[in-house]
Amino acid sequence: MYRIVRKKVLNPTVKLIEVEAPYVARKAEPGQFIILRVNEKGERIPLTVADFDREKGTVTIIFQKVGKTTKLLGTLEEGDLILDFVGPLGKPTHLEGVKKAVVIGGGLGTAIAYPQAKKLYSLGAEVDIIAGFRNKDLIILEEELAKVCHRLFITTDDGSNGTKGFVSDILKELLDQGNRYDLAIAIGPLVMMKVVSNLTRPYGIKTIVSMNPIMIDGTGMCGGCRITVGGTTKFACVDGPDFDGHQVDFDEAIRRQSMYREEEKRSMEEHECKLGGGNNA
Amino acid sequence: MPNMSPNKVRMPEQEPELRNKNFNEVALGYTEQMAMEEAQRCLNCVNRPCVAGCPVNVQIPDFIKLIAEGKFEEAYWKIRETNNLPAICGRVCPQETQCEKVCIRARRGEPVGIGRLERFAADWYMANAKENSGKADGKAEKKNRKVAVIGSGPAGLTCAADLARVGYSVTIFEAFHDAGGVLIYGIPEFRLPKEIVREEVDTIKKLGVEIKTNMVIGKTLTLDELRKEGYEAIFIGTGAGLPSFLGIPGENLNGVYSANEFLTRVNLMKAYRFPEYDTPIKVGRRVAVIGAGNVAMDAARCAKRLGAEKVCIVYRRSEAEMPARQEEVHHAKEEGIEFKLLTNPIRVLGTDNGWVKGLKCIEMELGEPDSSGRRRPIAKAGTEHVIDVDNVIVAIGQTPNPLIASTTAGLETQKWGGIIVDEETCATSLEGVFAGGDAVTGAATVILAMGAGKKAAASIDKYLSQKAD
Ligand SMILES: Cc1cc2nc3c(=O)[nH]c(=O)nc-3n(C[C@H](O)[C@H](O)[C@H](O)COP(=O)(O)OP(=O)(O)OC[C@H]3O[C@@H](n4cnc5c(N)ncnc54)[C@H](O)[C@@H]3O)c2cc1C
Ligand SMILES: Cc1cc2nc3c(=O)[nH]c(=O)nc-3n(C[C@H](O)[C@H](O)[C@H](O)COP(=O)(O)OP(=O)(O)OC[C@H]3O[C@@H](n4cnc5c(N)ncnc54)[C@H](O)[C@@H]3O)c2cc1C
Ligand code: SF4
Ligand code: SF4
Ligand code: FES
Repeated sequence: MYRIVRKKVLNPTVKLIEVEAPYVARKAEPGQFIILRVNEKGERIPLTVADFDREKGTVTIIFQKVGKTTKLLGTLEEGDLILDFVGPLGKPTHLEGVKKAVVIGGGLGTAIAYPQAKKLYSLGAEVDIIAGFRNKDLIILEEELAKVCHRLFITTDDGSNGTKGFVSDILKELLDQGNRYDLAIAIGPLVMMKVVSNLTRPYGIKTIVSMNPIMIDGTGMCGGCRITVGGTTKFACVDGPDFDGHQVDFDEAIRRQSMYREEEKRSMEEHECKLGGGNNA
Repeated sequence: MPNMSPNKVRMPEQEPELRNKNFNEVALGYTEQMAMEEAQRCLNCVNRPCVAGCPVNVQIPDFIKLIAEGKFEEAYWKIRETNNLPAICGRVCPQETQCEKVCIRARRGEPVGIGRLERFAADWYMANAKENSGKADGKAEKKNRKVAVIGSGPAGLTCAADLARVGYSVTIFEAFHDAGGVLIYGIPEFRLPKEIVREEVDTIKKLGVEIKTNMVIGKTLTLDELRKEGYEAIFIGTGAGLPSFLGIPGENLNGVYSANEFLTRVNLMKAYRFPEYDTPIKVGRRVAVIGAGNVAMDAARCAKRLGAEKVCIVYRRSEAEMPARQEEVHHAKEEGIEFKLLTNPIRVLGTDNGWVKGLKCIEMELGEPDSSGRRRPIAKAGTEHVIDVDNVIVAIGQTPNPLIASTTAGLETQKWGGIIVDEETCATSLEGVFAGGDAVTGAATVILAMGAGKKAAASIDKYLSQKAD
């Protein structure tokens, strides 16, 4: 059992929890993830390691309420226990030797990109961050991000804060202005990562995307997380989750992610039924 | 007077049309009466050929004699002298190629139902004697020496139990949230109830074995770190969990599963009880399962139980080459699973929005025997055809997961991933590191994995005893 030692609500749908998991904390690196199961009947879901404290033996995760498990997780409070918490899984992102980087986060992806920006910055790279959200109420980690970059650009779809538009609009502007990077990191919805990869391709800027297919074990034994990269099949949980955005078959990935849409809806509905209305999150 | 009936006493079973709609156990087990009657078929042969047919040398005639005499608890302990998991072996061993194959009675009629009797003794003990048994597993004096076992499948459990029994402090590290390996995530409830696996695991815990779940060795901890934590010897029993795919077009369409994913969802995550359990599974009206081993039979029978109207096994060789246990094939047929033999899939066909709609196949014929000794299938030109299906489950085999080998310098493996060991001692290329089970042999059987775990436990004991001097 793994105890929640801290909880913070970042916006109406995004929460942060810090969990006691000494073995995971000892080894975790940016780019890696954990898999948790809230209770005996729960699903195993993957979440990125957003931060870790090796001394305290804790791991921080940030998650967005999208379905039953993330909703249930959001109802837990400090002191509550999570049944299973395993990791760190996946490969760490290689960030050594980068001089100038642009880190692009879409919505919740911003939280996943944060540790990578932090590491790049601490390694001495010049970092630009572009973080996009649907509206101003959904902005997360603004202060933290500002501390680990040279320039921070915030966008909102509706213009309620920062620049109106998408992260890709800012990236295009920066590229048009002549900014050049040795590395772009894009993390967010698949469509956003696809657009960013298409933007950087003509400039030959190496672009890392973080793939989030449906997973079960996270150790390479089920093949459910397979994606096509450069024409060959990869298991995102062991070969990734980071991949070269110019090689990923995004259309296939988008299709595979929708595989359980009906079941996810049903699971959520039954859950809300039991909770009596669904205002408990 | 021995019972000279040429046939085994029939095992009561759920009717096929009933059981292919539920996940309850298919074979219901012998009553005391039936067990004693079957036990009387054993001739108590002087040269005991059956014992040599069992990879862990269960003293078959002895335990059977005890059953014949109605001494059920003693029969159980007789089996336990050499076999830590009798309730499991009695259910899933391929007896027809092992102990029962060499039974004298098989020369005229059916062999003695050794597996069924083993299952009976184990079940009887759990139901009637476990709680108040005067006898318990002997506990040796603690040696205060730590051994790590990686993986909680039959190989790891057996190795751990044998070492604990002679006094070592044994910790099992398991990647999943539950112990049991394939017994928990692969073999379905209707063939091996998970409650039984749990009971057997508990028995091993009572010997003092500690089981740490959620520990992926190679990630959470490496082998070297385990040694630094004071484990003087390590046994690797990580199985063969890496699924193979065919490499044909369309394999990444929605609705194509590896058997591992399909069975893990159904068994470990209990998707057959969705939405009570959160993990979903998607089974359409028509399902094709590619392959003809135990894994394929299990996947097909699960698909049927999950509501598929038509389930077929697609296999490129003929019935004679099918690697599954006879009983599973027989049960699958009874439950309405179709067999498309000498048929090889060449492409998965999809709808416009990426869901499976068919499996394109070609007919095969058998040529000369290949390196495996089986006749090689050859495609028959012009016989391409499409089977309409909504799901394809690929069950063509698994190989060992490279996670540990790739994070452990100096651990030698075969090209296909199997860990290289000395056959006599199970020792790997690294000092103090032993391995056995599917991680060494590739996908094999429960009892062979247990045999390897036993052998490794003996060598580890020897290694550590010598090291102490
Ligand atoms: C490597 C990796 C890292 C991730 N990191 C984060 C993170 O840091 N924060 C965060 O909020 N989310 C993260 N995700 C996504 C997160 O796992 C899903 O949001 C979560 O599983 C949804 O579960 P649910 O029951 O709440 O929703 P569901 O109702 O199950 O699904 C809602 C949506 O989530 C997707 N999804 C469902 N099951 C999974 C699954 N097992 N794996 C991946 N996606 C799934 C579905 O496609 C669907 O669109 C990550 C995913 C991966 C693969
Ligand atoms: C569906 C199916 C049906 C079968 N039916 C039969 C049958 O009827 N009869 C029969 O005799 N055999 C059958 N088999 C084969 C049999 O189950 C295996 O041969 C046997 O389980 C192998 O035992 P093992 O201990 O070597 O490995 P496994 O049972 O595979 O156990 C390995 C364990 O190690 C864990 N592990 C892996 N990597 C790591 C890591 N890095 N760190 C920590 N833990 C790790 C795994 O999670 C797993 O729990 C079947 C197999 C399958 C898949
Ligand atoms: S363990 Fe398996 S092979 Fe050995 S006697 Fe029992 S059923 Fe037969
Ligand atoms: S070979 Fe058959 S009949 Fe003879 S002792 Fe063994 S089980 Fe009994
Ligand atoms: S999650 Fe099972 S192989 Fe990646």
